[in-house]
Amino acid sequence: MSETQLEVSIRVEGELAIIDLQGEINAFAEAALINAYMDASSTEAKSLALDFTDVDYINSTGIALIVSLLAKARKDKQEVLAFGLTDHFQNIFEITRLSDFMQIVPDEAAALEKA
Amino acid sequence: MSKQIRDVWRVLARSPEEQAEPEPETSSVGIAPNDPLVAYLQSARGVVELDRLELESPALDELKEAGVKMAVPLVAQGELIGMLNLGPRLSEQEYSVDDRALLSSLAIQAAPALRVAQLVRQQKEEARRRERLDQELRIARLIQQTLLPRELPELPGWKVAAYYRPAREVGGDFYDFVDLPDGKLGLIVADVTDKGIPAALVMATTRSVLRAAAERIVSPGEVLQRVNDQLVPDIPDNMFVTCFYSILDPQSRTLQYANAGHGLAFRRTDEGVTELKATGMPLGLMPDMQYEESEVQLTPGDTVLFQSDGLAEAHNSKREMFGFPRVKQLMADHPGGAELIDTLVAELENFTIDGWEHEDDVTLLALECVREGASAAKAESKSSSIKVHAAFSISSQPGNEHLAIDQVTQAISELDLAPDRLEKLKTAVGEATMNAMEHGNRYREDQPVEIRVQTANSKLSVFITDHGGGQSIPEPETPDLEAKLEGEQSPRGWGLFLIKNMVDDLHVTADDRHHTVELVLDLEGGKHE
Repeated sequence: MSETQLEVSIRVEGELAIIDLQGEINAFAEAALINAYMDASSTEAKSLALDFTDVDYINSTGIALIVSLLAKARKDKQEVLAFGLTDHFQNIFEITRLSDFMQIVPDEAAALEKA
Repeated sequence: MSKQIRDVWRVLARSPEEQAEPEPETSSVGIAPNDPLVAYLQSARGVVELDRLELESPALDELKEAGVKMAVPLVAQGELIGMLNLGPRLSEQEYSVDDRALLSSLAIQAAPALRVAQLVRQQKEEARRRERLDQELRIARLIQQTLLPRELPELPGWKVAAYYRPAREVGGDFYDFVDLPDGKLGLIVADVTDKGIPAALVMATTRSVLRAAAERIVSPGEVLQRVNDQLVPDIPDNMFVTCFYSILDPQSRTLQYANAGHGLAFRRTDEGVTELKATGMPLGLMPDMQYEESEVQLTPGDTVLFQSDGLAEAHNSKREMFGFPRVKQLMADHPGGAELIDTLVAELENFTIDGWEHEDDVTLLALECVREGASAAKAESKSSSIKVHAAFSISSQPGNEHLAIDQVTQAISELDLAPDRLEKLKTAVGEATMNAMEHGNRYREDQPVEIRVQTANSKLSVFITDHGGGQSIPEPETPDLEAKLEGEQSPRGWGLFLIKNMVDDLHVTADDRHHTVELVLDLEGGKHE
């Protein structure tokens, strides 16, 4: 079984730095996710959003990585938004209460509005 | 690469149109693996002149006869993988020292390249073969699942329970019920020899022929006779079908039966367990066969167990067989129908857990004549049927939880779960499999994770078993997210919590060698609607 990597890219739209995630958020995504956070928070943008549109799998280790990212953001007083979640992932974020610590919006337009 | 070798490559790479000379005639020579020439070439250094070679070798003689003067062994990793054979030079001169040096260098460079090409080809063939097998397996499974009855018969005063588990390669087991005139019930348990699609197709035919005969003919022996006569001309040469056919009259409690070479059926009474005997050849082997017919008078409290040979002939890792005596003993110790099947299945799992190869389908059918008085009290407990949709194992390697998710998803496709329920189950299966591979098996590849998917009493269960017994699995707790965000706790520890919230029920069991996590979904509405 090949170990699927998470592909990450960052773009800045006005006040918002968007981290586009593509693939699986699992144990192999750690470096990519943390580096992306560092890069995104060093831009001029005020807010930061995670784009889950092209994420097809998140497991418990992936949730732990998002918790780490939110912990860092909390220390940095950096607001984090999330969009593009499927109903299933949204449900997982609610069950794990991640949604209490990061604002979940339906899509990029809504994220730009909040920023 | 030296200039000389580049030149040779260029010649070899030339297209036929470019070649000035007509292509030399080629002939092929087969070399047996035990021919002394193989051992000689394997250890030879460089070019071998065949005329100077004295060996008792048929291949050598053949090569010489074909006009080969020189052979250059192509050896990669100590293994002879091919040879360059050269006839006499067209100039009729002898091969020079330079020629030999050139050929030797060519062989050294060509051998690994040839080896890689061979490996690539092997791998591609293997991948194609596996894909074809998987595809066939899916089709066979589909045919089989479509043909098995979806519901069990309900007869006042009787309880019917059934269990079916396909082998990894899908055998030809099937069972069926036929409603007959005067409220009688025909019960069929049969097994087609062979596996895969051929077995599934013969099974489909046999089932139709059996049903048609059962609906027209009253005597079980004559039904089998008719089916045999119809199958003989059409069935492929190396195949046949064994079948135990019985007719229950629920009013008079008589069971008439005939047997076409099928495994034994047992009857349990308060006095003990007896065999229901009747002789007859398997179906489809020879025309004009007669089938002995017998009858037994059942009394309340009796159970009759029909079975395929998959249970009694299951082997464990020590190559011991489960055996009919064990089935008989378990039956003697356990009254009832559904309860008996549960016991037999559990015993089979225990018996085979370390060498878990599902050699053959397992089919069990229990007919219970409910005890008077007990019938009122037990009226609530309907006939139960356990159906195993898949049982497989996966090796403990990072990322293999996806294999588990895919196979479980495929196995339950016929259940038509709502998309959100399916997604949740997939997440739970992934998490439980990861836990089993990581914590239970510590990612040791020789320790697989065993997964079984079954439905019973409107519940879907996925059992995930690892080899990490002895240590207990902690109770799922709600993680303290605030403490994790403050860095006071590890960000990890979501697995069990997630699993618990994805399914309707979660059971964890362990013995000294294994853990099993059972994920349960209620199929008649659950808490996650």
